Amino acid sequence: MYWIRRWLDQIHPLFAKGGPYQKYHAIYEMVDTFLYTPPDVTRTAPHVRDGIDLKRVMSYVVLAATPCILMALWNTGYQSHLAMQELGVIEAPGWRGIVLGMVGVGYDPSSIWDNVWHGFLYFLPIYVVTLAAGGFWEVLFAGVRNHEINEGFFVTSILYTLTLPASTPMWQVALGISFGVVIGKEVFGGTGKNFLNPALTGRAFLYFAYPAQMSGDAVWTAVDGFTGATALGASAIGGMEGIAEIGVTWMDAFLGVIQGSIGETSTLGCLIGAAFLIYTRVASYRIIFGVFIGMVVMTLILNAVGSDTNPMFAMPWHWHLVLGGFAFGMVYMATDPVSASMSDAGRWIFGVLIGVMTVLIRVVNPAFPEGIMLAILFANLFAPLIDWGVMKVNIRRRMRRTGERAG
Amino acid sequence: MEAYVSLFVKAVFVENLALAFFLGMCTFLAISKKIETAIGLGAAVIVVQVITVPANNLIFTYLLADGALAWAGLPNVNLSFLGLISYIGVIAAMVQILEMTLDRYFPALYNALGIFLPLITVNCAILGASLFMVERDYDFGESVVYGIGSGFGWALAIVLLAGIREKLKYSDVPDGLQGLGITFITAGLMSLGFMAFSGIQL
Repeated sequence: MYWIRRWLDQIHPLFAKGGPYQKYHAIYEMVDTFLYTPPDVTRTAPHVRDGIDLKRVMSYVVLAATPCILMALWNTGYQSHLAMQELGVIEAPGWRGIVLGMVGVGYDPSSIWDNVWHGFLYFLPIYVVTLAAGGFWEVLFAGVRNHEINEGFFVTSILYTLTLPASTPMWQVALGISFGVVIGKEVFGGTGKNFLNPALTGRAFLYFAYPAQMSGDAVWTAVDGFTGATALGASAIGGMEGIAEIGVTWMDAFLGVIQGSIGETSTLGCLIGAAFLIYTRVASYRIIFGVFIGMVVMTLILNAVGSDTNPMFAMPWHWHLVLGGFAFGMVYMATDPVSASMSDAGRWIFGVLIGVMTVLIRVVNPAFPEGIMLAILFANLFAPLIDWGVMKVNIRRRMRRTGERAG
Repeated sequence: MEAYVSLFVKAVFVENLALAFFLGMCTFLAISKKIETAIGLGAAVIVVQVITVPANNLIFTYLLADGALAWAGLPNVNLSFLGLISYIGVIAAMVQILEMTLDRYFPALYNALGIFLPLITVNCAILGASLFMVERDYDFGESVVYGIGSGFGWALAIVLLAGIREKLKYSDVPDGLQGLGITFITAGLMSLGFMAFSGIQL
C-alpha cells in the first residue's frame, strides 16, 4: 500500500497553499487523514498524554453503533417479510426485487440471511443519499471556508440514517440531512461550533415538515399497503393494553423485534454500544445515567399520580426504556459532546432534564407519541445555561473557601 | 388551583411569547449577548408583566368593556375601542416607575439595560400579553397568573438565548451571518426545540 502514500505525497504540492487546486485542499486532507494517521505531533507544551483525537472519538461512535446497524438490517428485512407474508406478496417490487433475485435471496422471515439482505437494500440507499447530500454541503463549506472536513459527519450521517423510518422518500432524506448539516452545523462554523445536535435537527425538521411520511402507522414497514403501529404509538392510544393488543412482549421490544425507525428498535444493541462508549470514555456516563435516572424518577412520579383518562400514566419505567427511540437517543444522541453540557455536574443535570422531558412529552403531550428527539433538542438549548450555572456555583464556593466575599 | 398551575405552565412553555409567538423580538435579539444582562431584563419584564396585565384587566373590566360603566350609571357605554391606548398608557407609566426605581437602587443594572429599559414600553410582548388577556377573557386571578407566566416564559427564552450566544462566541460564523443573522437562525432553532410542547392541551 506504500504507493498510495507516495501518490498522496506526490500530489500534495498541487493542493498546498499556492497550488492550482488549493481550493480543494479540504478534500485532499480528508482522504489523507482518512487513510493515514497524520504525522503532526505537538512540539511545545502542553503535551498530550493520550493521542485521542477527533478522528478516534468519531470512529468509536460509529463502531459503537454497529450493533444497532446490524439489528437495523435484520429487523427491517424481518418486518418487511412478515408484512409480505401477511399481504400475500411473493416478491419485493421494483429494483430491490431484481437485486434480491440476482443474488438469489428469498423472502423467508425465519432466515437471518434473507432478512439482512432485504434490510440492507433499504438501509443502503438512505445511507448513500445521506452521505452524498450531507457530504456535498460539508465539502462545499469546507472548500469555501477553508476548514477541514472531519469525521463528525460520518457520525451525523449514520445516526441520522438510523433514526429514519425505512420507507422515507429519498428526496426527504436529502432535504433533512441538508437542513441538519447546513442550518444545524455549518452556519455556525462546522463541527464543534454548533449548539444543536445536527442529526436530530435534520430529523426534527423532517418530523415537523412532513408528518405524513414521518409518523403514523403506515410508514414503519417498507411494504406498500401495510400498516403496523409502533408499540409506542399503540400505547399512546391504549396504554399497556394497547401494547398487549398488538402482541409485543417486553423481550420483543428489548431485542428490537418491533416496528420503528430503522435503527432505534433494539435496546439491547444500544446498551452494547453504551457499554463500549462508556468503557472507552468516549461518551459521558453521567449523561447516560442522568437520562436513565430522570426517566425512571419521572415515570414513578406519574405512576403514583395516575390518571383516569390517560392510560400512558400507568406505563412502568422498564417499558419506557425499551419502547421507541429512548435507548438510542440516550446512548448516541444525548451524549454528543458538542451540544451537551460541558461540566461534570452539568452533565448530570442535562441528562436528568432529557429523561424527565422525554417521559413528559410521551405521557402528557397527545400530539407526539415519541419524546426523546424533542427532549434532547430542548435540553440542548439549556446546556450552555446549565454550564454557566455550574460555573457560578463553583466560583461562589471557592470564594467562600478562601474566605473572600462573593462578588 | 390546578387551573392556575396549568395556565402558568401553558404561558411559560406551550405559548411562550418569544418562541411560539415571536413577540418582543427587538429586545430579545438585542439584549441577549450576556447572561447577566439578560437575567436583569428578564426580571424587569416579569415585574412589568405582573403589574400591567392585572392592572389592564381591572381597567378593561371596570372601565372599558361593554356595559362596564354600569356602576357609574352608564350601562350602555362601550369604551373598548380605547383599549389599545389605555393599555399602552398603563405600560408606559409602569415602565417609568420601574426605571426610576432601578436607577435609584440598582444603578449597575440600570446602566446595563440602557436604552432598552424605556423600550420595554413598546415591547410587543408586554402589550401582547395584555391583549391576549382581553381576548381570552381572563378574570383577575387568571390575569395575575398569566402575567407571571408570560413574563417568566419570555425571561426564560432570553436567558437561554443569551446562554447559547455566549457559547456561540467560540463559533466561526460566516461573515454575512455575523451578528443579527445568526441570532435569528438561533432563535428559529430554539423555537424548533420548544415545539416539543406544541399540542399539549391544558
